[in-house]
Amino acid sequence: MSEFLFLYRGADRGGSPEQLQQRMQKWTAWMKELTTKGHMKDQGHPLERSGKVVKGKRKTVIDGPFAESKDLVGGYTLIEARDLEQAVELSKGCPIFEAESAALEVRPIMIMNI
Amino acid sequence: MVATLTRIFGVHNLALAEDVVQDAFCRALEVWSFRGMPENPSAWLMATAKNRALDVLRRERTARAFAPELGRLLESEWTLAPVMEDLFAANAIKDDQLRMMFSCCHPRMPEEAQVAIILHILCGFSVDEVAGAFVNTHAATQKRITRAKKILAGSKRLFDVTAASEFSTRFPTVLRTLYLLFNEGYHGASPEAAVRVALCHEAMRLVSLLLDHPLGKAPVSHALVALMCLNAARLPTRIDADGDLHSLFDQDRSQWDRQLVSEGLRFLELSAAGSELTEYHIEAGIAAAHAQATRTEETDWKAIVSLYDALIALNPSPIVALNRAIAIAQNEGPERGLAEMQSIADRDRLVAYPFYSAALGELELRCGKREVAGQHFSAALALARNPMERRFLSGRIAVCERDSTP
Repeated sequence: MSEFLFLYRGADRGGSPEQLQQRMQKWTAWMKELTTKGHMKDQGHPLERSGKVVKGKRKTVIDGPFAESKDLVGGYTLIEARDLEQAVELSKGCPIFEAESAALEVRPIMIMNI
Repeated sequence: MVATLTRIFGVHNLALAEDVVQDAFCRALEVWSFRGMPENPSAWLMATAKNRALDVLRRERTARAFAPELGRLLESEWTLAPVMEDLFAANAIKDDQLRMMFSCCHPRMPEEAQVAIILHILCGFSVDEVAGAFVNTHAATQKRITRAKKILAGSKRLFDVTAASEFSTRFPTVLRTLYLLFNEGYHGASPEAAVRVALCHEAMRLVSLLLDHPLGKAPVSHALVALMCLNAARLPTRIDADGDLHSLFDQDRSQWDRQLVSEGLRFLELSAAGSELTEYHIEAGIAAAHAQATRTEETDWKAIVSLYDALIALNPSPIVALNRAIAIAQNEGPERGLAEMQSIADRDRLVAYPFYSAALGELELRCGKREVAGQHFSAALALARNPMERRFLSGRIAVCERDSTP
């Protein structure tokens, strides 16, 4: 088994209370499915919209990130899967894809087995 | 939550309070999506709202004026945190809801607007849900709520419920509004049973806030709660699973909520403490008479007629007179009932009320005059206000027609 980081970008936010609730239920169901199938390493957390970015050799601190909302990382989850292919398959069930321009980034974690 | 935040920000910052609550909800749902629902979601939400309120207060301390009576305490970092802890304590929240309730019953607001704004702010109904409850359009409801909020914002601070004289001037209006809220659920026009039950429950929750208040714990409040409990006990059978209306006579009485009945009777006893006899007392008495009869035939109609007599003396409304006539018909036969109906003083005010014609039809049917009865039911059908009433009346017409063709 290998580990993968799911990075959620550009998920839908806001909407009517009913929409919010429905969306939450879908996410909860999805997370639960991954857990029962034994793929969930760490559910992770949603992230605040903005913070600080420390940049460059001079360690300049700026407000940010000011990416376009569709590119902004909104949360992360740590997944266990056989290989990248399976991790990608797992990602397809994510409710994030209900948003037109949303994206889920699947990144294998580099692990050195010594 | 809005009530508590409004207490902190001041009534004039109602919109800000709503934004903070909205924000707290969005954050909650986002976190819960990942981490699952916490064991105590409402406490979680309150804590989030409190933190957001602290942020807002710190950020906008110089730009805005918040609640005037708290202003100085909120200005200093030394007092800010402890004051906020106090304000978000459970009993303070209850108190704020009560104050908000009194604030909403503003004399410059029409009754319907009071009910709408209470549903919106204190019961968390969305504009669409309020519109649904009143069978009104979204736009009209939005307008009504916006206007009500403006009036509310003009009052600067939440109503002070500790001052006895101010309390007692607005107390009857508050009772009246809660009574209307309950009735909207019980008799109202919304075809959705779930909406109506929710309205009744909210009215009962808010009235129980009154009972916890030293000045609100009056016999008249007990009478109102008794009335609500005894009527709510019949809710499960009033509308069936198909959304069909059932008259008092053909309800499955074994399905009535016995616990609510006994609670209602207990409150009715408490309500007898004072010397004041209100409409709520009498209506609760009538509801109690119905609730205590296990079968329609066992109902003490004589007692009910005399209760209606007392009610008419207090409030000579044609609808009360109509109900009295129906009770007389039960007690002394349909002919007497019909005669009573003919002699209702303001009969012309009932012409648009479908259940006046329906009652005429019912009594004529019992006299065996099916054709006349059918005509009355048809007239009622033309006046019906929602699909539920239409289905009910169509059913009665069918009964008349089926029986008249042997």
